[in-house]
Amino acid sequence: MIELLGIDGKVRGSSPMSLDKVVDALRLMLLSRAVDDRLIKLQRMGRVGVYGPVHGQEAAVIGSAMALDPQRDWIVPASREHPAMLRHGLPLKNMFATYMGNFDAAAVPDGVRLLPRQQSIGAQLPHAVGLAWALKLRRAGGVVAVYFGEGASSEGDFHEASNLAGVMRVPLVMLLINNHYAISTPVHRQTAAAELAARAEGYGFPGFVVDGNDLLAVYATTVDAVNRAIAGDGPTLIECRTYRMGFHNTSDNPKEYRDTAEVDEAEQRDPIERVRRFAIREGVWSADQEAAALNEIRSAIDTAQRQVEELPRPGAAAIFEHVYETLPPRLQQQRAEALDDARPS
Amino acid sequence: MINQPELSILEAIRSALMDEMSRDERVMVLGMDVGQLGGVFRVTRGLMERFGPERVVDTPLAEGAIVGASLGLAIGGMVPVAEVQFLGFTHQAFHQIGPQLARYRFRSRGRFSAQVTIRAPFGGGTRTPEFHPDAIEAQFVQAPGLKIVCPAFPDDAKGLLLEAIRDPDPVLYLEPQRLYRSIRGPVPAGDHTVPFGSSRLVREGKDVVLIAWSAAVHLCLAAADQLAEEGVAASVLDLRTLVPLDVAGLIAAVVESGKAVVVHEAPVTGGFGAEIVATIQQEAFGSLDAPIRRVASRDTPYPPGSLEDYFLPSVRRIVAATRATVEY
Repeated sequence: MIELLGIDGKVRGSSPMSLDKVVDALRLMLLSRAVDDRLIKLQRMGRVGVYGPVHGQEAAVIGSAMALDPQRDWIVPASREHPAMLRHGLPLKNMFATYMGNFDAAAVPDGVRLLPRQQSIGAQLPHAVGLAWALKLRRAGGVVAVYFGEGASSEGDFHEASNLAGVMRVPLVMLLINNHYAISTPVHRQTAAAELAARAEGYGFPGFVVDGNDLLAVYATTVDAVNRAIAGDGPTLIECRTYRMGFHNTSDNPKEYRDTAEVDEAEQRDPIERVRRFAIREGVWSADQEAAALNEIRSAIDTAQRQVEELPRPGAAAIFEHVYETLPPRLQQQRAEALDDARPS
Repeated sequence: MINQPELSILEAIRSALMDEMSRDERVMVLGMDVGQLGGVFRVTRGLMERFGPERVVDTPLAEGAIVGASLGLAIGGMVPVAEVQFLGFTHQAFHQIGPQLARYRFRSRGRFSAQVTIRAPFGGGTRTPEFHPDAIEAQFVQAPGLKIVCPAFPDDAKGLLLEAIRDPDPVLYLEPQRLYRSIRGPVPAGDHTVPFGSSRLVREGKDVVLIAWSAAVHLCLAAADQLAEEGVAASVLDLRTLVPLDVAGLIAAVVESGKAVVVHEAPVTGGFGAEIVATIQQEAFGSLDAPIRRVASRDTPYPPGSLEDYFLPSVRRIVAATRATVEY
């Protein structure tokens, strides 16, 4: 397992990430956790449908995203990578709109190299392969980074996509976020293999296991994978071993299937705490800076939430938009009926 | 005629692919055995030699990845024409076709769309092994965002394929395998497209209309020939596309005689024929002079080729159902 940043905040050798970037990453980690807190609160108030927090996985998601160039590379997310999406250019407002039920406002803006969240486990993997294949065919430069969990590695789409990626030698970085739980199913019920990264060999490309709670190790490993892809050497599978410290989503109660002792133990490996220690040790972070950063974050979240709340609610017409580029006659008729139904009587 | 060479359906499809790949360098063909071999039916023969292995790609044997990667290719600026070797194997790709490809425009609120054509041969009558003949087109009708196209003649094979490749939305293009080489007809040279949602009255008759698509259209034409000998004049309507459906053309053809028979190769229960019947009774109930009958396959699993004649609709069954409808 690749490890660089210890729990004590000390780095083995020199940091692969510049200190400026470390501070950016730390801010993003704090933002991610604050977004978790806010959206869980809003869910409990009935203003958000269902929310799956990133809690515990920040280093894996953010460390990998920091290795990408938003002007050149694409991200194909699963559903728990919003800090990576924000870093890549998704406005915070759009992220809040996703969970607050306004799907038009949630859309990925033009020019942002990001596919929408994927709710069907593993289904995004073949899309990512195709997109990376297109970059290669069009000699566009850049790579595709695709996120998925250890649960998705059991899906057929994972196998089909990995195999095709290897055969076509596409510029793809496969980020397997092993958070040890697919809802209630622990990783040892997902696979009998000691490590998931080893599967890469079967597809003809390298795989690495990295401490997914170690920002620097995830970053360095992803940088190497991006460089391989850019050089035309094809895909890389990176298994980021992390731990889902929170629940699967707001409808889930992890106490029904795992010991609190296990969660307490995971707390000791909190991915944010060790970056904080490192940054303080390097003299680029302080309690005052953190307090100021948290204030800015709170204000940005308040603004995003308010902007979404102020938007008009989507109406009946929205369900007929973007079904096809041009609405066929049958749907035009149904649209007229739906608008009529929705009229206040 | 020099502008209207006689082509088979297979040749018409190949010529459309050749034309479109020459016209638009974003167009690429991918699938199992489509390159070196030219496809198991040789539809894509000659394409790899002409356009090279980057644009005509032999893929691993994985339907889900062929379709799923096509979505990514489209997002990345290519225009993929994916071949699934037989429609019966699209079940392995069903999730990538319906919930993914077809919904991507909707899910992304118009940011991304999937200009992808999926070609798939289907239909019985050629004694193929299990899964190769299954007519499962109706299963895709419940995948909003997808268009479903099923030519029965060489000119439509070309015109609908060019339309499909250029359509900004995903299209499932169904090829009648039993007709690939058996039907020849004039095909307009050059840029010939057929708009989706336009049915075609391929035979006129005042007593009853037979409604079908793909290979079943030719069963209906044969049945109409026999019925003509008995003095029954049947018209035949080829729907050409199931989604979008030409409701106006369908109703116009039905009100002419007030009598209709729907014929398809899929099992009868829940087949697209049920949708046709429901549409007709809602839009033209007052014009109907007889119950609408369906002639379709039996509600059994697809049997071995040696038994498929007991399963599939036949000219004899169509003639009997039409006679009963006319005499009602």
